[in-house]
Amino acid sequence: MSSRSVLVTGGNRGIGLATARALAEAGHRVAVTYRTSPPEDIFGVRCDVTSTAEVDAAFAAVEEQQGAVEVLISNAGLTDDQLLLRMSEDSFLRVLDTNLTGAFRVAKRASRPMLKARWGRLIFVSSVVGLSGAAGQANYAASKAGLVGLSRSLARELGSRSITSNVVAPGFVDTDMTAELTEARKAELLRTIPLGRTASAAEIAGVIAFLATDASSYVTGAVIPVDGGLGMGN
Amino acid sequence: MERDEVMQVMRDKAVEMLEVEADAVQEDKSFVDDLEVDSLSLVEYTMDLEDALGIELPEEELTGLTTIGAFLDLIMTKVPG
Repeated sequence: MSSRSVLVTGGNRGIGLATARALAEAGHRVAVTYRTSPPEDIFGVRCDVTSTAEVDAAFAAVEEQQGAVEVLISNAGLTDDQLLLRMSEDSFLRVLDTNLTGAFRVAKRASRPMLKARWGRLIFVSSVVGLSGAAGQANYAASKAGLVGLSRSLARELGSRSITSNVVAPGFVDTDMTAELTEARKAELLRTIPLGRTASAAEIAGVIAFLATDASSYVTGAVIPVDGGLGMGN
Repeated sequence: MERDEVMQVMRDKAVEMLEVEADAVQEDKSFVDDLEVDSLSLVEYTMDLEDALGIELPEEELTGLTTIGAFLDLIMTKVPG
Protein backbone atom coordinates (compact mmCIF):
# COMPACT_ATOMS: atom_id res chain seq x y z
CA MET A 1 0.00 0.00 0.00
CA SER A 2 1.26 3.48 -0.80
CA SER A 3 1.25 6.16 1.89
CA ARG A 4 -0.95 9.06 0.83
CA SER A 5 -1.11 12.66 1.94
CA VAL A 6 -4.52 13.02 3.57
CA LEU A 7 -6.36 16.10 4.81
CA VAL A 8 -9.48 15.89 6.97
CA THR A 9 -11.37 19.12 7.56
CA GLY A 10 -13.02 19.41 10.95
CA GLY A 11 -10.73 16.67 12.16
CA ASN A 12 -10.33 17.51 15.82
CA ARG A 13 -13.29 15.48 17.08
CA GLY A 14 -16.08 13.08 16.15
CA ILE A 15 -16.10 11.45 12.73
CA GLY A 16 -13.25 13.63 11.46
CA LEU A 17 -10.87 12.67 14.24
CA ALA A 18 -11.81 8.98 14.07
CA THR A 19 -11.16 9.07 10.31
CA ALA A 20 -7.83 10.84 10.73
CA ARG A 21 -6.72 8.27 13.30
CA ALA A 22 -7.84 5.31 11.18
CA LEU A 23 -5.91 6.58 8.17
CA ALA A 24 -2.83 7.45 10.24
CA GLU A 25 -2.85 3.95 11.71
CA ALA A 26 -3.04 2.57 8.16
CA GLY A 27 0.25 4.33 7.42
CA HIS A 28 -0.91 7.49 5.65
CA ARG A 29 0.37 11.02 6.28
CA VAL A 30 -2.59 12.73 7.85
CA ALA A 31 -3.37 16.33 8.68
CA VAL A 32 -6.56 17.83 10.03
CA THR A 33 -8.04 21.29 10.14
CA TYR A 34 -9.68 22.58 13.30
CA ARG A 35 -11.27 25.81 14.40
CA THR A 36 -10.62 26.00 18.13
CA SER A 37 -8.60 23.15 19.63
CA PRO A 38 -6.11 20.98 17.72
CA PRO A 39 -5.99 17.20 18.29
CA GLU A 40 -3.05 15.95 20.36
CA ASP A 41 -1.92 13.12 18.15
CA ILE A 42 -2.44 14.39 14.56
CA PHE A 43 -0.85 17.29 12.67
CA GLY A 44 -3.37 20.12 12.85
CA VAL A 45 -3.78 23.42 11.04
CA ARG A 46 -6.21 26.09 12.16
CA CYS A 47 -8.72 26.85 9.44
CA ASP A 48 -12.21 28.22 9.12
CA VAL A 49 -13.58 26.76 5.88
CA THR A 50 -15.76 29.84 5.36
CA SER A 51 -12.57 31.75 4.47
CA THR A 52 -10.96 31.08 1.09
CA ALA A 53 -7.73 32.69 2.35
CA GLU A 54 -7.62 30.43 5.42
CA VAL A 55 -8.31 27.38 3.25
CA ASP A 56 -5.45 28.33 0.97
CA ALA A 57 -3.09 28.90 3.90
CA ALA A 58 -4.08 25.59 5.49
CA PHE A 59 -3.40 23.69 2.26
CA ALA A 60 -0.03 25.43 1.92
CA ALA A 61 0.90 24.38 5.47
CA VAL A 62 -0.16 20.79 4.80
CA GLU A 63 1.73 20.71 1.48
CA GLU A 64 4.84 21.89 3.34
CA GLN A 65 4.44 19.24 6.04
CA GLN A 66 3.47 16.15 4.04
CA GLY A 67 3.18 16.98 0.32
CA ALA A 68 0.21 17.85 -1.87
CA VAL A 69 -3.12 16.53 -0.61
CA GLU A 70 -4.03 13.32 -2.43
CA VAL A 71 -7.02 12.39 -0.31
CA LEU A 72 -9.41 15.11 0.82
CA ILE A 73 -12.04 14.35 3.40
CA SER A 74 -14.41 17.28 3.61
CA ASN A 75 -16.03 16.83 6.98
CA ALA A 76 -16.18 20.24 8.66
CA GLY A 77 -19.77 21.01 9.51
CA LEU A 78 -22.12 22.53 12.00
CA THR A 79 -25.77 22.52 12.91
CA ASP A 80 -28.07 25.34 13.93
CA ASP A 81 -31.45 23.67 14.35
CA GLN A 82 -34.66 25.61 14.29
CA LEU A 83 -38.11 25.18 12.79
CA LEU A 84 -38.46 26.96 9.46
CA LEU A 85 -40.67 29.74 10.77
CA ARG A 86 -38.13 30.54 13.47
CA MET A 87 -35.03 29.98 11.33
CA SER A 88 -33.31 33.21 10.41
CA GLU A 89 -31.92 33.72 6.93
CA ASP A 90 -28.59 34.32 8.62
CA SER A 91 -28.70 30.88 10.25
CA PHE A 92 -29.52 29.26 6.91
CA LEU A 93 -26.69 31.06 5.12
CA ARG A 94 -24.19 30.39 7.89
CA VAL A 95 -24.82 26.63 7.87
CA LEU A 96 -24.64 26.53 4.06
CA ASP A 97 -21.44 28.59 4.08
CA THR A 98 -19.64 26.08 6.29
CA ASN A 99 -21.19 22.77 5.25
CA LEU A 100 -21.61 23.25 1.50
CA THR A 101 -19.61 26.26 0.30
CA GLY A 102 -16.83 25.20 2.66
CA ALA A 103 -16.73 21.83 0.90
CA PHE A 104 -16.59 23.62 -2.46
CA ARG A 105 -13.68 25.77 -1.25
CA VAL A 106 -11.56 22.86 -0.06
CA ALA A 107 -12.38 20.68 -3.07
CA LYS A 108 -11.47 23.47 -5.44
CA ARG A 109 -8.16 24.08 -3.68
CA ALA A 110 -7.39 20.34 -3.62
CA SER A 111 -8.26 19.68 -7.25
CA ARG A 112 -5.34 21.44 -8.92
CA PRO A 113 -2.58 19.23 -7.44
CA MET A 114 -4.83 16.20 -7.94
CA LEU A 115 -5.17 17.06 -11.64
CA LYS A 116 -1.41 17.36 -11.91
CA ALA A 117 -0.92 14.03 -10.15
CA ARG A 118 -3.70 12.42 -12.19
CA TRP A 119 -4.90 10.77 -9.02
CA GLY A 120 -7.10 11.92 -6.19
CA ARG A 121 -9.84 11.07 -3.75
CA LEU A 122 -12.55 13.56 -2.80
CA ILE A 123 -14.74 12.34 0.02
CA PHE A 124 -17.61 14.42 1.35
CA VAL A 125 -19.18 13.65 4.70
CA SER A 126 -22.90 14.23 4.30
CA SER A 127 -25.73 12.87 6.46
CA VAL A 128 -28.73 10.61 6.25
CA VAL A 129 -30.89 13.71 6.72
CA GLY A 130 -29.54 15.15 3.46
CA LEU A 131 -31.77 12.61 1.72
CA SER A 132 -34.55 12.08 4.27
CA GLY A 133 -34.90 15.61 5.57
CA ALA A 134 -35.43 16.33 9.26
CA ALA A 135 -37.81 18.66 11.04
CA GLY A 136 -35.84 21.56 12.44
CA GLN A 137 -32.88 20.99 10.13
CA ALA A 138 -33.86 22.68 6.87
CA ASN A 139 -30.50 24.45 6.72
CA TYR A 140 -28.41 21.43 7.68
CA ALA A 141 -30.33 18.97 5.47
CA ALA A 142 -30.18 21.33 2.49
CA SER A 143 -26.42 21.69 2.93
CA LYS A 144 -25.94 17.94 3.20
CA ALA A 145 -28.11 17.26 0.15
CA GLY A 146 -26.10 19.87 -1.72
CA LEU A 147 -22.96 17.82 -1.18
CA VAL A 148 -24.46 15.05 -3.34
CA GLY A 149 -24.83 17.35 -6.34
CA LEU A 150 -21.40 18.84 -5.71
CA SER A 151 -19.69 15.47 -5.42
CA ARG A 152 -21.42 13.94 -8.43
CA SER A 153 -20.56 16.93 -10.60
CA LEU A 154 -16.92 16.61 -9.60
CA ALA A 155 -17.06 12.87 -10.27
CA ARG A 156 -18.08 13.72 -13.86
CA GLU A 157 -15.61 16.59 -14.30
CA LEU A 158 -12.55 14.86 -12.91
CA GLY A 159 -13.14 11.18 -13.50
CA SER A 160 -11.03 11.10 -16.66
CA ARG A 161 -8.01 12.01 -14.51
CA SER A 162 -8.49 9.15 -12.03
CA ILE A 163 -9.93 11.46 -9.41
CA THR A 164 -12.94 9.96 -7.68
CA SER A 165 -15.55 11.85 -5.71
CA ASN A 166 -17.90 10.21 -3.26
CA VAL A 167 -20.28 10.99 -0.45
CA VAL A 168 -20.59 9.14 2.82
CA ALA A 169 -23.93 9.61 4.53
CA PRO A 170 -23.72 8.69 8.21
CA GLY A 171 -26.81 8.09 10.29
CA PHE A 172 -27.08 8.57 14.00
CA VAL A 173 -23.56 8.71 15.41
CA ASP A 174 -22.28 9.17 18.95
CA THR A 175 -20.61 12.55 18.62
CA ASP A 176 -20.73 15.92 20.33
CA MET A 177 -23.16 17.05 17.65
CA THR A 178 -25.72 14.35 18.47
CA ALA A 179 -25.15 14.59 22.25
CA GLU A 180 -27.28 17.72 22.18
CA LEU A 181 -30.45 15.73 21.37
CA THR A 182 -32.99 15.10 24.11
CA GLU A 183 -33.38 11.56 25.55
CA ALA A 184 -36.91 11.36 24.18
CA ARG A 185 -35.72 12.30 20.69
CA LYS A 186 -32.89 9.74 20.93
CA ALA A 187 -35.28 6.95 21.95
CA GLU A 188 -37.59 7.86 19.08
CA LEU A 189 -34.70 7.78 16.62
CA LEU A 190 -33.41 4.42 17.84
CA ARG A 191 -36.79 2.81 17.08
CA THR A 192 -36.35 3.74 13.42
CA ILE A 193 -32.89 2.20 13.03
CA PRO A 194 -32.92 -1.46 11.90
CA LEU A 195 -29.68 -2.16 13.74
CA GLY A 196 -31.30 -0.71 16.85
CA ARG A 197 -28.31 1.29 18.01
CA THR A 198 -26.24 4.33 17.17
CA ALA A 199 -22.90 4.16 15.36
CA SER A 200 -19.51 4.84 16.82
CA ALA A 201 -17.46 7.42 14.95
CA ALA A 202 -15.01 4.60 14.15
CA GLU A 203 -17.72 2.75 12.22
CA ILE A 204 -18.12 5.75 9.91
CA ALA A 205 -14.35 6.21 9.70
CA GLY A 206 -13.94 2.64 8.44
CA VAL A 207 -16.03 3.32 5.35
CA ILE A 208 -14.35 6.66 4.67
CA ALA A 209 -10.96 4.96 5.02
CA PHE A 210 -12.01 2.39 2.42
CA LEU A 211 -12.85 5.18 -0.04
CA ALA A 212 -9.39 6.65 0.54
CA THR A 213 -7.59 3.49 -0.55
CA ASP A 214 -6.74 2.00 -3.93
CA ALA A 215 -9.37 -0.69 -3.25
CA SER A 216 -12.11 1.85 -4.03
CA SER A 217 -10.63 2.87 -7.40
CA TYR A 218 -13.81 2.07 -9.40
CA VAL A 219 -16.20 3.78 -6.98
CA THR A 220 -17.14 7.33 -7.94
CA GLY A 221 -20.25 9.47 -7.74
CA ALA A 222 -21.56 7.16 -5.04
CA VAL A 223 -23.56 8.08 -1.98
CA ILE A 224 -22.74 5.47 0.62
CA PRO A 225 -25.07 5.27 3.60
CA VAL A 226 -23.48 4.21 6.89
CA ASP A 227 -26.61 4.45 8.96
CA GLY A 228 -27.61 1.07 10.37
CA GLY A 229 -30.39 0.93 7.78
CA LEU A 230 -32.03 4.16 8.93
CA GLY A 231 -32.18 5.69 5.46
CA MET A 232 -33.16 2.63 3.43
CA GLY A 233 -35.29 3.54 0.44
CA ASN A 234 -34.07 7.11 0.20
CA MET B 1 9.96 37.65 -22.54
CA GLU B 2 9.23 38.45 -26.17
CA ARG B 3 5.90 37.60 -27.72
CA ASP B 4 7.36 34.95 -30.04
CA GLU B 5 9.16 33.28 -27.14
CA VAL B 6 5.91 33.02 -25.18
CA MET B 7 4.15 31.72 -28.28
CA GLN B 8 6.81 29.04 -28.54
CA VAL B 9 6.16 27.99 -24.93
CA MET B 10 2.42 27.86 -25.68
CA ARG B 11 3.08 25.78 -28.77
CA ASP B 12 5.44 23.36 -26.99
CA LYS B 13 3.04 22.87 -24.10
CA ALA B 14 0.12 22.41 -26.47
CA VAL B 15 1.95 19.68 -28.35
CA GLU B 16 2.95 18.01 -25.09
CA MET B 17 -0.34 18.32 -23.21
CA LEU B 18 -3.08 18.63 -25.78
CA GLU B 19 -1.79 16.29 -28.47
CA VAL B 20 -2.16 18.86 -31.23
CA GLU B 21 0.20 19.59 -34.15
CA ALA B 22 2.60 22.47 -33.53
CA ASP B 23 1.54 24.11 -36.83
CA ALA B 24 -2.09 24.09 -35.71
CA VAL B 25 -1.35 26.48 -32.85
CA GLN B 26 -1.96 29.80 -34.61
CA GLU B 27 -3.08 33.13 -33.17
CA ASP B 28 -6.34 33.25 -35.12
CA LYS B 29 -7.36 29.73 -34.06
CA SER B 30 -9.37 28.63 -31.05
CA PHE B 31 -8.32 25.71 -28.85
CA VAL B 32 -11.93 24.70 -28.34
CA ASP B 33 -13.53 25.39 -31.72
CA ASP B 34 -10.64 24.67 -34.10
CA LEU B 35 -8.41 22.27 -32.19
CA GLU B 36 -11.25 20.50 -30.39
CA VAL B 37 -9.60 20.59 -26.99
CA ASP B 38 -11.95 19.65 -24.16
CA SER B 39 -12.53 22.10 -21.33
CA LEU B 40 -10.75 20.12 -18.61
CA SER B 41 -7.65 19.70 -20.77
CA LEU B 42 -7.69 23.44 -21.38
CA VAL B 43 -7.77 24.06 -17.62
CA GLU B 44 -4.79 21.73 -17.18
CA TYR B 45 -2.98 23.41 -20.07
CA THR B 46 -3.54 26.81 -18.46
CA MET B 47 -2.18 25.50 -15.15
CA ASP B 48 0.88 24.18 -16.95
CA LEU B 49 1.47 27.53 -18.65
CA GLU B 50 1.19 29.30 -15.30
CA ASP B 51 3.86 27.02 -13.86
CA ALA B 52 6.11 27.21 -16.93
CA LEU B 53 5.97 31.02 -17.10
CA GLY B 54 5.73 31.72 -13.37
CA ILE B 55 2.54 33.73 -13.73
CA GLU B 56 -1.05 33.57 -12.53
CA LEU B 57 -4.01 33.66 -14.88
CA PRO B 58 -7.15 34.43 -12.88
CA GLU B 59 -10.31 32.70 -14.08
CA GLU B 60 -12.21 35.95 -14.47
CA GLU B 61 -9.62 37.21 -16.95
CA LEU B 62 -9.71 34.00 -18.97
CA THR B 63 -13.46 34.09 -19.40
CA GLY B 64 -14.50 35.14 -22.86
CA LEU B 65 -11.14 34.59 -24.53
CA THR B 66 -11.79 32.78 -27.78
CA THR B 67 -8.62 32.81 -29.85
CA ILE B 68 -5.11 31.68 -29.07
CA GLY B 69 -4.00 35.22 -29.93
CA ALA B 70 -6.27 36.71 -27.25
CA PHE B 71 -4.90 34.18 -24.77
CA LEU B 72 -1.37 35.21 -25.75
CA ASP B 73 -2.29 38.90 -25.34
CA LEU B 74 -3.40 38.19 -21.77
CA ILE B 75 -0.26 36.24 -20.97
CA MET B 76 1.91 39.08 -22.34
CA THR B 77 0.39 41.39 -19.71
CA LYS B 78 1.58 38.98 -16.99
CA VAL B 79 5.09 37.93 -18.00
CA PRO B 80 7.97 40.11 -16.90
CA GLY B 81 9.34 42.12 -19.80
